[in-house]
Amino acid sequence: MNIELLSQYLVAGITYGTIYAIVAIGFNIIYNATGIINFAQGEFVMLGGMIAVSLHTFMPLPAAIVAAVLAAMIIGALIEIIFIRWLVSPSVLRMIIITIGISIFVREAALHVWGEAVRALPYFTGSEVTVISFGNVHISPQVLWVTGIAAIIVALLTFFFNYTLLGRQMRACSSNRDAARLCGINAKNMVTLSFVLSAGIGALAGCVVSPITYVQYDSGTGLAIKGFTVAILGGLGNSTAAIGAGLILGILESLCVMVLPTAFKDVVSISVLLLILFVRPSGIFGSVEASRLKEF
Amino acid sequence: MKAVKILAVLLFSCLILAAPALAKDTIKIGAILAVTGPASFLGAPEAKTLEMLVEDINKKGGIKGMKVELIIKDSGASPEKALSFAKQLIEEDKVLAIIGPSTSGETMKIKSVAEEAKAILISCAAAEVIVNPVAKYVFKTPQMDKHAVIRIFEQMKVMKLAKAGVLSSNTGFGKAGKEQIEKLAAEHGVQVVASEAYDSKATDLTAEVTKVKAAGAEAIINWSIEPAQAIVIKNARQLGFKGPIFQSHGFGNIKYVEAAGEAAEGVIFPAGRLLIADVLPKNHPQKALLTKYKKDYESKFKEEASTFGGHAYDAMLILTKAIEKAGKADKEAVRNAIEGLTGLVGTAGTFNFSAQDHNGLDINAFEMLTVKKGKFELLATPAKKEGASKKK
Repeated sequence: MNIELLSQYLVAGITYGTIYAIVAIGFNIIYNATGIINFAQGEFVMLGGMIAVSLHTFMPLPAAIVAAVLAAMIIGALIEIIFIRWLVSPSVLRMIIITIGISIFVREAALHVWGEAVRALPYFTGSEVTVISFGNVHISPQVLWVTGIAAIIVALLTFFFNYTLLGRQMRACSSNRDAARLCGINAKNMVTLSFVLSAGIGALAGCVVSPITYVQYDSGTGLAIKGFTVAILGGLGNSTAAIGAGLILGILESLCVMVLPTAFKDVVSISVLLLILFVRPSGIFGSVEASRLKEF
Repeated sequence: MKAVKILAVLLFSCLILAAPALAKDTIKIGAILAVTGPASFLGAPEAKTLEMLVEDINKKGGIKGMKVELIIKDSGASPEKALSFAKQLIEEDKVLAIIGPSTSGETMKIKSVAEEAKAILISCAAAEVIVNPVAKYVFKTPQMDKHAVIRIFEQMKVMKLAKAGVLSSNTGFGKAGKEQIEKLAAEHGVQVVASEAYDSKATDLTAEVTKVKAAGAEAIINWSIEPAQAIVIKNARQLGFKGPIFQSHGFGNIKYVEAAGEAAEGVIFPAGRLLIADVLPKNHPQKALLTKYKKDYESKFKEEASTFGGHAYDAMLILTKAIEKAGKADKEAVRNAIEGLTGLVGTAGTFNFSAQDHNGLDINAFEMLTVKKGKFELLATPAKKEGASKKK
């Protein structure tokens, strides 16, 4: 096993890992504000990609992406207002069932709107065959876009949740909704905001990864499973940890290809998910005490 | 009084006789197709093709004066759904025959059900195991995997390539192709240096391609029908793989070429002649049928025709001819009639059925195609021109 080959596997692992991590961050935002897992997160990714591809036929790429993200944010808000806002005391189980229902609904709606065809945005720089080479290690420029945008998202989110009033209000709602309400925070609006934010990030992720992974009406589900694994692995609610966990899972999967037949790749992620749920449900980077205070 | 009695008896017997005659005015044909889901590239054009054909047949007065009633079930490529639909079509709808399923995995799941119920099954899936061993009531219209593999190996020989890296999806189609490749490689002088199966929902195959490349493959052979086959070629080119990339006959849909963009340039794959109908010589036996189907389909549905829709076309064509030949919509008679069909020109090739051959196509049903400037083209290999490929 030479070092170049190993590096190539690492690059592949980083590509997978970052894609999973961006989806996991979407899970985390809603979890942070509401304490629930939104199983429709993958559908936001799909919607972002699909809308951007449709819009790109009659507007430039950056405009199409911005419009797609805005459209997904509106859809996210509508979903929250229609399905979630009016619930008086949503139990965790009820929320899970509702979000799974939403995910099926969005998927079927997408099938009717776009059909079953596979689509993709063009590469942001270069084309399908453009590569940046370091010796014998090759990277698609799109991978750099994906990792770069993931890094920016995490930085902005960290800033938002720690240093802005709105971000702190959202965090307050998640730790204790009643206390937050007593302090004059409109908890319902915070939940809506969290859906808007995670829909936007999901949609942006969908746009950035679509040249690599393609997008189809049902491509959200697979990504959601991996994203969920990564969110749990990192510790729910922690976006920086999600990046770390994503890289761990991605690299693990890619290195596993090196020694095992590739069919075992998904076994790795499912085993990791089960193991972490049994051994350390708070995630590798999460604190046990903090997770005990939360509902999930 | 007596006259009234006789009249009553006559009327009554008329009713009895008329009842089955009424029922026989329609022929019920079921179809289990993956209209949605991961294999919708196959099922959607198949369903559209069948609807178009049946509409056409009924407009012309049906088959032997009997109208055709088509019942399409969307299996979403799930073998379990296909199984329950098959039972439903046979037991409740009492169909004469079932067209489909679209994928090999589904077909294998219902092969024994059709056989036990003595229901005619004309599969639109490719795997060899569907008709080998032969089951009395099971037929299939796509060309054999085996023949596709041999055509690829022959092409490799022409290009002086000996080491192949094989990638396949973990679906019925992928597994069947992988088996054939591994079985036939040695006798065609090809060494399989690496063989990897990936998940059909895979979104990035960089690691798999890296492994195959590291094993010293001179050419990559990919066997799948999912979007992954477009991802494979993209990843291979990004990893700096310069050798030729071969795909299965599952690549015969221009959407994959569009999805892979520049990376698709130069991909080589075996396929039926539908994709190159326009450039076929005028006297080619398939020319007229192919151009008509292509024109009808494309003007009706505003999308490019694919070989997969063609497989459903052939299934309906075979059924129509067999019913005409049998003269009645009776399962046994129609089944026997199919076995006797020879020289039937379809979209996939010329069918010659027999009791031993329930596919009826030979290796010449395939043509080697390549992608040039985002379009399918006949692969020009001077060494092959005089060979068996052109003879029909």
